[in-house]
Amino acid sequence: MIVAFIAPLIGIFLVLRRYSLIADTLSHVSLAGIAIGLFLGINPVLTALATTVLASLGIERLRDSKKIYGESALALFLSGSLALAIVLLSLAHGFNTNLFNYLFGSIITVTEQDVYVIAFLAVIVVTLLLAFYKELVYVTFDEEAAQVSGIRTRLVNIILIVLAALTVSLAIPIVGVLLIAALIVIPVVTALQLRKSFIQTVVSAEIISFFSVLSGIIVSFYLNLSTGGTIVLIMLAIFVLVLMVKSRWFT
Amino acid sequence: METENGTTLKTPARAIGVRVDHSKNIIEVQDVFFSYDGKTNVLKNITFTVHPGDYVGLIGPNGAGKTTLLKSMLGLLSPTRGEIRLFGQKISEFKDWYKVGYVPQKATYFDAGFPATVEEVVLMGRYAKRGLFARTTVEDRKLVKESLKQVDMWEYKKRLIGDLSGGQQQRVFIARAIVSQPEVIFLDEPTAGIDRQAQNDFYVLLRKLNRELGLTLVLISHDIERVTNEVMHIAWIDRTLESYSSPEEYLRMRKKEQIVI
Repeated sequence: MIVAFIAPLIGIFLVLRRYSLIADTLSHVSLAGIAIGLFLGINPVLTALATTVLASLGIERLRDSKKIYGESALALFLSGSLALAIVLLSLAHGFNTNLFNYLFGSIITVTEQDVYVIAFLAVIVVTLLLAFYKELVYVTFDEEAAQVSGIRTRLVNIILIVLAALTVSLAIPIVGVLLIAALIVIPVVTALQLRKSFIQTVVSAEIISFFSVLSGIIVSFYLNLSTGGTIVLIMLAIFVLVLMVKSRWFT
Repeated sequence: METENGTTLKTPARAIGVRVDHSKNIIEVQDVFFSYDGKTNVLKNITFTVHPGDYVGLIGPNGAGKTTLLKSMLGLLSPTRGEIRLFGQKISEFKDWYKVGYVPQKATYFDAGFPATVEEVVLMGRYAKRGLFARTTVEDRKLVKESLKQVDMWEYKKRLIGDLSGGQQQRVFIARAIVSQPEVIFLDEPTAGIDRQAQNDFYVLLRKLNRELGLTLVLISHDIERVTNEVMHIAWIDRTLESYSSPEEYLRMRKKEQIVI
């Protein structure tokens, strides 16, 4: 539920800044983090958290230095971390079933310690979001004008990407590494189709997210399906539905 | 601030040039050089001063460095040599950014799918003055309303910015620039890609801001004919500052030298 609340809040800024793929990249990075955690016998959520935050700072640095394109930075991190994860996993064979849960998400893997970590992270994310909400909106809309108005755009960019990293780490146990990006991006993209004001778009994305996660958990529990997959499919169904309703109205 | 009636607005802005306060400087550009790669200078040896109440047109051919100069004056780019001061302060130490409004080049603005209403866009102009966690106040709302009325866009407040015409969007961006109650506004080719009528309305609006609100304006434009009719000073830029003069003088020089820009 916490994840359902936070993901669209971060998602709206990522999607509007054309950063959708960052969520995907960071989720692959988190896989490397999980592999490290499993390899060293530390709580994988913690190691995933550390690696995604470090990687997000690295990505932002590379992008900001303009030495390479933003997408190239993402590709580097995406493939690099996946490679690291695979190598680590091939080194140690004992944890395949556990890894499967992290890949695709399963409520069952969530330990008590995880719950505390997630709750703590969520508080940080929400606090930062509230503190920098206006700045994030302005920078997302028009970075140059925001800078001229005295907003420290570089700081805001770093905060956004670190928040994305935190959110990805939060979402791992629920939907799994492979589907995090969907959770962050799909509700926002669906809400954007409604063409409403910024606030209304955020609220719509929240409603879609909550509904999908809640119904996904219930449906997957009773039908014994994968939780993450069910949630994402429900989100996609809503997206398609919205598109269909829209095209019927406007043609 | 009294509102003048429509007829007086038709007088060219420079006719009231006496209102420029020469005792104070808003922008001081001194021996500014700028280079993107460290080899070729995009800007060379540029020096001029803008006083309160002034209305300056930056003109020059494509690639002459007009936008680079404007961005340097806004602190978005740092000159490789020389110094720029805003309100007497070095630009690197300048903190009162609410005194500065900026209307960027249209094409680079934003994407039409951005979900923000006119009201929300203008409200962004108030953000700089507020701290973290700050909420929108009654005063913010009041100023947003005033700004939108100033540019005749109040009735569009609930519309999405992407659904408006180019000219209307431009007015909204002016409203965003004036909502922080600045003393100077920088505009980078604000009328590019806007139809003739909207362009006319836009220049009338700028004249009103300059004359009624006493706002200092610095404007980049390609429309030399139009600009020379509106502004008080023309800064003719072609990597260096070719001239800084009144529009009449500029036109005389141009005629004499037969230079085509």
